Amino acid sequence: MLQLDRISKRFGGVKALDDVRFDIRRGEVLCLAGENGCGKSTLIKIISGVHRPEPGAVMLFDGRSIEGLDPAAARALGIQVIWQDLALFPEMTVAENIAFESNLGARPRLVRYGRMRAAAARILGRLGVGLDLDAPLRTLPIAQRQVVAVARALVTEATLVFMDEPTASLSQAETDALLAIVRRLSAEGIAVVFVSHRLAEVLEVCSRVTVLRDGRLVGTFPTEGMTQTRLTELMTGKTFDYAVQTRDLSGAPVVLSVEGLSRAPGYADVSLTIRRGEIVGLTGRLGSGRTELALSLFGMAPASAGTVTLEGRPVRFASNREAIRAGVAYVSEDRLQLGLVQPQSISDNTAMAVLDSLLGPGGLVSARRQDALVHAWIRDLGVKAGHPGHAVSTLSGGNQQRIVLAKWLATRPKLLILDSPTVGVDVGARAGIFAIVHRLAGAGMAILLISDEIPEVYFNADRILHMRDGRIVGAYVPGETGIDAIEEAVHA
Amino acid sequence: MSQALRRGGGGRLARRIDGDVAGLLALLAVVVALFGVAAPGFLSLGVFTSVAFQLPELGLLSLAMLMPIISGGFNLAITFTANLSGLAMAYVLQSHGGADAGLGAFVAGVLAALGTGAFVGWLMGAVIAYTGAHPILVSLSAMIFVRGLGEFLTRGGDISGVPGTVQAIGQGTVGGVPAPLLVLAAAVLLWSVILSRSRLGFATRMIGSNIEATRFSGVPTRRSLTLIYTLSGLMCGVAGIVMLARFNSVRVGHGESYLLITVLACFLGRVDPFGGFGRVLPVAIALVILQVIASGLNQLGANQHLSTALWGGFLLLIMVVRSVWAGGFVQVMFGRR
Repeated sequence: MLQLDRISKRFGGVKALDDVRFDIRRGEVLCLAGENGCGKSTLIKIISGVHRPEPGAVMLFDGRSIEGLDPAAARALGIQVIWQDLALFPEMTVAENIAFESNLGARPRLVRYGRMRAAAARILGRLGVGLDLDAPLRTLPIAQRQVVAVARALVTEATLVFMDEPTASLSQAETDALLAIVRRLSAEGIAVVFVSHRLAEVLEVCSRVTVLRDGRLVGTFPTEGMTQTRLTELMTGKTFDYAVQTRDLSGAPVVLSVEGLSRAPGYADVSLTIRRGEIVGLTGRLGSGRTELALSLFGMAPASAGTVTLEGRPVRFASNREAIRAGVAYVSEDRLQLGLVQPQSISDNTAMAVLDSLLGPGGLVSARRQDALVHAWIRDLGVKAGHPGHAVSTLSGGNQQRIVLAKWLATRPKLLILDSPTVGVDVGARAGIFAIVHRLAGAGMAILLISDEIPEVYFNADRILHMRDGRIVGAYVPGETGIDAIEEAVHA
Repeated sequence: MSQALRRGGGGRLARRIDGDVAGLLALLAVVVALFGVAAPGFLSLGVFTSVAFQLPELGLLSLAMLMPIISGGFNLAITFTANLSGLAMAYVLQSHGGADAGLGAFVAGVLAALGTGAFVGWLMGAVIAYTGAHPILVSLSAMIFVRGLGEFLTRGGDISGVPGTVQAIGQGTVGGVPAPLLVLAAAVLLWSVILSRSRLGFATRMIGSNIEATRFSGVPTRRSLTLIYTLSGLMCGVAGIVMLARFNSVRVGHGESYLLITVLACFLGRVDPFGGFGRVLPVAIALVILQVIASGLNQLGANQHLSTALWGGFLLLIMVVRSVWAGGFVQVMFGRR
């Protein structure tokens, strides 16, 4: 249906795309894979008419040349892009968001609510989802907003839909529901191009994957027979050592011991231990109580029953300050809202949790000590940061996560809780994050690794605990139990 | 790495930070030059003395407004808190002989004023920090409470007659420099140190950008918020003392019109209306600009009421110029964040 060849694009002196070939068939689900900055977004923008390719490019739609494509023409061809930020209107209702475009250019210039509702209802029916048409969008969870964005793309006759990181903030169950919708579109003959960092779902839903690296086409491959490991290698050009790395630490001293811990709602009767240098994986779907458990250990959600013992001493934290002082650190799953103060500087974010130790004369924060601390951590964790005075939001996801780690490591924790530490982090950068985690464990830190991506815990943890409906329902040792068996147990 | 950059400016580039100050100084120069040409006699010692005596009240109140704004909030009770503080001092002085009160009464009066301001601020801060109610709502309620209390205590009239030592704070000079200006300079210095170098200043900026993430990092956000408003109230107390000393009397409602001008001074001084960023020095320069415009219009001989209108018009003009000319140097001067 769509064929592109010899696509190049320069921005100033930077070649964002270099001689790329791309094609997609009607009704096909294709994945566009590559690390951040590989040219995915540029390619999408060329296809949706936002950018023009350099002269010499060939662009064919159903065999006809579509050179000089602009956004309006792209829309007329049925090419729709759902960007990661969705670009919806939070204060408007579901129906208004979906059918918004049908109002543009209408004469007379009146908003026809009846018609909008009908159009919205029809599309949601086509997708097989029931949503309250009159609910303001802001009241909807992110997964349902995603559905609204898909529905909006279909309000005009769509032939090709791009989805940029649609599952980045969805739980497994929600992802499954979205993938079902993608299959439905495909069955209707609508081609879908899927951009995702989550390789498991890429391999599950797509028939082919086009891999870009540094603006060049690596190739287009059928997903049949493709493995995550192979795909990662294609995307990064590096070989990663994906091997189970469990160690027997049963002789090491216990750092954290939890007995019969309960909190309603959230979790009940949770018992676990983590030893010095041990990485314990905790997996389970969103809503299984894993984050609530983590917050209790971090002193931000008091438990109603049970005991927590840290290095042999029973503890009961009244606040996260007490937990931090006792040696507990918590890397939140929500880096944007809770992990970092995004508009503030890299330096201040790094120093935030240990300000008390940076005081100089007169009880004032010593700039010299802060600089020293920040530079040491930036170097130690290999953060690629332009200037420590820049806003932390200017960093990539992987580098932001390193700053979060730096902030917590500066507190010298005994127990490090990592809640979904690779959300929104590139495949290549993930390996870097886990290299740090393994180094910390090697130095004796006890680590609780929470993730709903089974491979992540499987290849990084010494033991895996499975949580469901607030209870620990399974314990596995990677290697002894196969990854497929664990996947099945968790997602069943 | 430059210290000034990282301390005050948070995420912006060094030249941009210096641009804030340089741009405002340039604007000040333009304003002074403009009135120098338009109003003969503007560039006289008399005018500058009048600026120096009038600036401190607005300046001290602006400092009281500054910290809450950087923390992402507001303190709408500043003027009435200052009134109540002045009232507390006046009461102490009155009960110790009025105009003949001694040094002991003076010290007690100052402490009463500062204590009253700090208490009102603490009350607001505690309510904001522990209930999570919006600062505008809380400080508005506090404003009504404080005003009502003040009107009840004064029966709507004014209390006058303070000893010469007190009047000296408002009207005297030290080595040729007006005393209230020295008070303001000290306050500016103190606030500058607190905001740029102390843990509280650090917390204030972080809370202003994202209070939840700040709390998750172990910063005591409730204690910090309470302290921010307590300090704001304390500064109102200082303003109350200066106002009492300058007018030799205190009346509830005095300086009421300053409230929104303090907000204006903060924003003109490059404080982020959404919280998280702001420095004392640019605000201080902005204050001088505002006061120079007001005095300049006075000097032009405009009708007193008309000059208020002209003042507002002038400010609108600044905003328009800022936006129209939004490129190059001016972008650096006033560009939107």
